[in-house]
Amino acid sequence: MFEALTGRLEGIFQKLRGRGLLTEENIREGLREVRLALLEADVHFTVVKQFVERVRERAVGQEVLKSLTPGQQVVKIVHEELIGLLGVNHVPLAFAQQPPTLIFLVGLQGSGKTTTAGKLALWCREKGRSPLLVAADVQRPAAAAQLATLGEQLKVPVLTPKPGAKPVEIAREGLSRARKQAHDVVLVDTAGRLHIDPDLMAELKEMAAALRPHEVLLVADAMTGQDAVNSATAFHGGVGLTGIILTKMDGDARGGAALSIRAVTGQAIKFIGVGEKLDRLEAFHPERIASRILGMGDVLSLVEKAQQAVELENAERLARRIREDKFTLDDFRLQLQQVKRMGSLEQIMEMIPGFKKLKGVQPDERELVKVQAIIDSMTAEERRDIAVINSSRKRRIAMGSGTQAHDVNRLLKQFTETKRLMRQISRAGPQGLGKMFPGLRGS
Amino acid sequence: MALAFLDRWKQGLAKTRQNLQSRLDWLRGVAGRRLDQELLEELEEALILADVGPQTAGNIVARLQEKAAREGIREACDLKEILRRILVEILSQGVPAPGPCPQAPRVIMVVGVNGVGKTTTIGKLAKRWVDEGSAVLLAAGDTFRAAAIEQLEIWGERARAQVVKHQSGADPAAVIYDALQAAKARGSQVVLADTAGRLHTKMNLMEELKKIKRVMGQVVPTAPHEVLLILDATTGQNAVSQVRLFHEAIGVTGLVVTKLDGTAKGGILLRIVDEFRLPVHYVGVGESPDDLREFDPEAFADSIL
Ligand SMILES: Nc1nc2c(ncn2[C@@H]2O[C@H](COP(=O)(O)OP(=O)(O)OP(=O)(O)O)[C@@H](O)[C@H]2O)c(=O)[nH]1
Ligand SMILES: [Mg+2]
Repeated sequence: MFEALTGRLEGIFQKLRGRGLLTEENIREGLREVRLALLEADVHFTVVKQFVERVRERAVGQEVLKSLTPGQQVVKIVHEELIGLLGVNHVPLAFAQQPPTLIFLVGLQGSGKTTTAGKLALWCREKGRSPLLVAADVQRPAAAAQLATLGEQLKVPVLTPKPGAKPVEIAREGLSRARKQAHDVVLVDTAGRLHIDPDLMAELKEMAAALRPHEVLLVADAMTGQDAVNSATAFHGGVGLTGIILTKMDGDARGGAALSIRAVTGQAIKFIGVGEKLDRLEAFHPERIASRILGMGDVLSLVEKAQQAVELENAERLARRIREDKFTLDDFRLQLQQVKRMGSLEQIMEMIPGFKKLKGVQPDERELVKVQAIIDSMTAEERRDIAVINSSRKRRIAMGSGTQAHDVNRLLKQFTETKRLMRQISRAGPQGLGKMFPGLRGS
Repeated sequence: MALAFLDRWKQGLAKTRQNLQSRLDWLRGVAGRRLDQELLEELEEALILADVGPQTAGNIVARLQEKAAREGIREACDLKEILRRILVEILSQGVPAPGPCPQAPRVIMVVGVNGVGKTTTIGKLAKRWVDEGSAVLLAAGDTFRAAAIEQLEIWGERARAQVVKHQSGADPAAVIYDALQAAKARGSQVVLADTAGRLHTKMNLMEELKKIKRVMGQVVPTAPHEVLLILDATTGQNAVSQVRLFHEAIGVTGLVVTKLDGTAKGGILLRIVDEFRLPVHYVGVGESPDDLREFDPEAFADSIL
């Protein structure tokens, strides 16, 4: 749907090419697209308005970088602002100086609190802690049984309430049980409730006032629409949130609610849930969500990195060679040099959709040096056409580069493989290589 | 019992009063105002805030403008009435047409993403139909989520409906098979089949639903008679993707929108009804057995405005 935001912006900004300055006039249409994209991603209306205003302020008067098109430049600003809003660093859970750490999970019905409690218990245990789960949801049928089952699966003890017990009593009992049995984290699963339900909100307030939890985490569904602002504001006002967990991020929701909730609570998004299994909890990375909201994969951060390193000319040449299937070891070497300048290879591979498969194929960073030496030991003819490299030539190359014959063999194999993949990617169109190197597009 | 009822009635009144109040406020706000760009933008904003979505909101406002021009409307109050009419017109496409009642057992498959209210809705429907004198059977087809079976059993008790279940982790299609056999043997009139929540993007889980559906047809050739997709009113634009993919996979026959007792308006329904022409059978307005209402386009449109 909006994988195309970058593309749409480029279309709009096409006429701008080479004019140099972003002005109020020439970015108006582009900002309209940005606004639309954010609204379509479920970012709250008011948040979008303020956001677009900020982007406008920043963009107007900026000079367009040589290696970027104006469209890309605007996307870059939008992306940076998004990350700024989402919070730059990962904020970990705050564990108490004096254990046990008391953590409340709160939120609307069906947002995923119980599953998330199980996931956090596993996460804590993997960090070497000893969690206790407390089932304080006395509203939903079989909620306690659900948590008890999760605890069994994880081999984490669960406190289930006696019939008729009030949530505050249950949580208090959890705390004292934790002290007795040396649990250092107490995870309290509370009942889902509407933020406008006066009784249940009062109950939550009472719990927080009585037990003073170290963390009150709002568990929110990534698919939430405009209402995210209302519920988050009410929960924050009612109990004072200390963090947010966004669930169901493994679907195709854009997750604009992340932005809305963050904007109105100012609290960090600490984790995201990415699956039903209990190990599917990930630390929050603003970069990824920002790209997702804009609908362009992590390709965007690559654009940024590449823009610093790749010279337009080289990139264009490379693209042509790949397209015409004339890619040689010379080009390969050139590309490796560029890749080296762009930062960690692993990191770069991670960012290209579909490139994870390539891991085994790509040399690791230490190997780059070796690869470079091998290619340097070849003759121009050999670099142009690897078919001429017979075993005696291989021996010579190995000797010249201080490597073994099997290193040479491996390189040749990697090269062939890379070539094949590049062909595939470039055939996949602008989604593929064109976005890897910003300069590749126009040609 | 009587007290609880009174309470709810009072709450309902309060809510209606609130709605009326906000409508009056709005009208006062626009009284005497003229149709201008600013006013149109305000209306568009209201639609977007209700999760109608920017594109649909834009289209609706364009239609409004056109209609207003044609009818020579200049007053803001009249404009709002036209907008309301447009919304009702779109939403009315979602009013279910009365169909022939299929031979018993009538089999209803309930699907949706995680946590939208499938099990609760099944409980409410069961309660309603048992109260009307039908023999209802619940099939515990969610064998995946922890304690999902227990949850359905509690609803079965509340509604006085029988429950057919297997163990947690069992093949859901096998449970459904047994449930339908039991329904035939016992002469149940309605079977409500619960399924595990699943994200519409998970291919393998959608395949599982297809299998469940096939198995239903093996026991009762005309089953399932309904495939109800449950949507959560707090969901934003993603609801469209949910409807599309569930529909493509198993052919949805109707919708239920839950959690309309909160502050979310469920405006995405406008786009869904317009695009998919699916009937909206009920709306959920709370967690109690009686918190289920027929879909009413007028009330829905009012709450959006
Ligand atoms: N306020 C409100 N809560 C609702 C409504 N319908 C369901 N709920 C609540 O939403 C939560 C999830 O409901 P379930 O019925 O368990 O949802 P489900 O779709 O069966 O969930 P899974 O089987 O886990 O995917 C529960 O706490 C319900 O009480 C409604 O109309 N209003
Ligand atoms: Mg369920």
